[in-house]
Amino acid sequence: MDKLLVVEDLKTHFFIRRGVIKAVDGVTFSLGRGESLGLVGESGSGKSMMCLSILRLVPQPAGRIVGGSIRFEGDNLLDKTEREMRYIRGGKIALIPQDPMTSLDPTFSVWSQLSERLRLHRGLSGKPLWDRSVELLRQVRIPSPEERLHAYPHQLSGGMRQRVIGAMALGCEPSLLIADEPTTALDVTIQAQYLLLLREMRDRLGAGLIFVTHDLGIVECMCDRVAVMYAGKIVEEAPVTSIFADARHPYTRALLKSVPRLGERSERLTAIEGQPPDLARLPTGCAFRPRCPIRVGLCEEYPPLAQFEGGHRAACWLAK
Amino acid sequence: MARYYSKRLGIVLITLFLLSIVVFVLPRVAGDPVYLLLPSDASEEDRQELREELGLTKSLPEQYWIFLKGAVQGDFGESVYIRQPVTELIADRFPATLKLAAATFVFALPLGILLGILAAIRKNRWPDLLARSVAVAGQSLPNFWIGIMLILLFSVTWELLPTSGIGGPDHYVLPVITLGWVGLAGVTRLTRSSMLEVLGSDYITFLRASGIPEKSVVLKHALRNAAIPVVTMAAIMFGYLLTGSIVVESVFAWPGMGRLAYESVARADFPLIQGIVLFYGVIFISLNLLADLFYSWIDPRIRYQ
Repeated sequence: MDKLLVVEDLKTHFFIRRGVIKAVDGVTFSLGRGESLGLVGESGSGKSMMCLSILRLVPQPAGRIVGGSIRFEGDNLLDKTEREMRYIRGGKIALIPQDPMTSLDPTFSVWSQLSERLRLHRGLSGKPLWDRSVELLRQVRIPSPEERLHAYPHQLSGGMRQRVIGAMALGCEPSLLIADEPTTALDVTIQAQYLLLLREMRDRLGAGLIFVTHDLGIVECMCDRVAVMYAGKIVEEAPVTSIFADARHPYTRALLKSVPRLGERSERLTAIEGQPPDLARLPTGCAFRPRCPIRVGLCEEYPPLAQFEGGHRAACWLAK
Repeated sequence: MARYYSKRLGIVLITLFLLSIVVFVLPRVAGDPVYLLLPSDASEEDRQELREELGLTKSLPEQYWIFLKGAVQGDFGESVYIRQPVTELIADRFPATLKLAAATFVFALPLGILLGILAAIRKNRWPDLLARSVAVAGQSLPNFWIGIMLILLFSVTWELLPTSGIGGPDHYVLPVITLGWVGLAGVTRLTRSSMLEVLGSDYITFLRASGIPEKSVVLKHALRNAAIPVVTMAAIMFGYLLTGSIVVESVFAWPGMGRLAYESVARADFPLIQGIVLFYGVIFISLNLLADLFYSWIDPRIRYQ
């Protein structure tokens, strides 16, 4: 199958006074067209940096992509010039921001912000630009779109702003959507709406979706596969169904026990022992070792991401 | 919209009215100008005569009424010392101050904004260090010292620029730098911190992730959002420039408002003090109104409130 995105051994490091923070440290995964991958992990596990690395927006000058490759539609994004990347950002790969309330520029109208993107990525201008803008707002079900185009972000409700952001992404027809914790900043009713909108956009575009979250419940309803990140590495990757039924990495199992799931008789939720690791001072071998309930002597060496049946991968010596 | 502006106008009138009371009462509390106008050996009869001539024997409300009636017609009476109409004296001195203020504003504001932007987008690298050095120097070196040092260097040692007085463009260089450096420092620091705050916001990340060119992200989107505090500061700065600087006007023998104001206070010349302070009041209020108009143009959230 022709893959949309193939990330291989990607390393994004931050060089700070205390040392080197390996925010993304040798991550490998791939994503097919129309496929959805959930990226799960605690704060600081490197999932957001993973997304910014794909867009080549790692905060400069401290952060740098130091190794690996990101093949997108066949080309390595790390070889692209800044100018080429600008057309890919938004045009081919769209980021869905975390909080729609604060993600639109408050000083420009919806029309001005939407048309700026359409002009850049679709080369539209004049009447066709206006018509397309109206049509896009209609597609995301914004009532009286002509009027709304003249509105400023503060005149729109949270739900409306989500839809405007959706229209921006739709209009540029990207083939990959990256949603970076798109629901953590929202209250529950808006969350559900946003997820529906995202799903609709993905299906309409036939785009791949990388969905970053720490909520496994949302992953279950949004994604085909899940990758669990810990301290900059993928520790387990599997189809959604098999991760819930058959998690192989002790960290994934701990994560599953720490979140409530719908439609299940609630057992006690348990917190994961200990603190997330200090990325500048990682232990040798498996980074989860200090918190792991089943650690053995072998864990002082880093376990490879081993392949299991059914597309299941896990980086634990004890996984079978 | 109309309601908003009529409300603003009402506030302006009330402010001016209160200012007129303060400016009327203060010189009369501070001292009797007659003692300064007449030689110390003048008789009590002479003093009383002068008081009557100046209208100081009338009751305070009556004096205030005369003052107010004249002021709304643009007549602030006559200077008791120079014996010339106050409006004439102001009209005489203000152009020099206005020219220097305009030149200084045009120098300090754009340069300050430019340095602030450069410092923000190159944080902790050399443009930032340069901008911060300029700012620290401007805010910590006293301007009379800067002025004298500039004269020493450019006029005395190198004989490039005139030391003092008003004249051609070369007369402006040193006073403008001396007067503008503090404002430049303030604008630079404020632009830098405001830009840094805005550049870290979600919508900037979203713009970058949408492929918007960095030039447009910084100059169109970030600058507009960072502009409000800078506009406020620019208005205040221009206000201070228009009221004239006693120190800089003294160092460069610039015939402006600052020295006139200083002299009027030193001589307890109450009609002149009243005229100048009210004039200053009108300047500051107008600039604030202008800044408000600017806010609502910059940020739609401020409109119609």
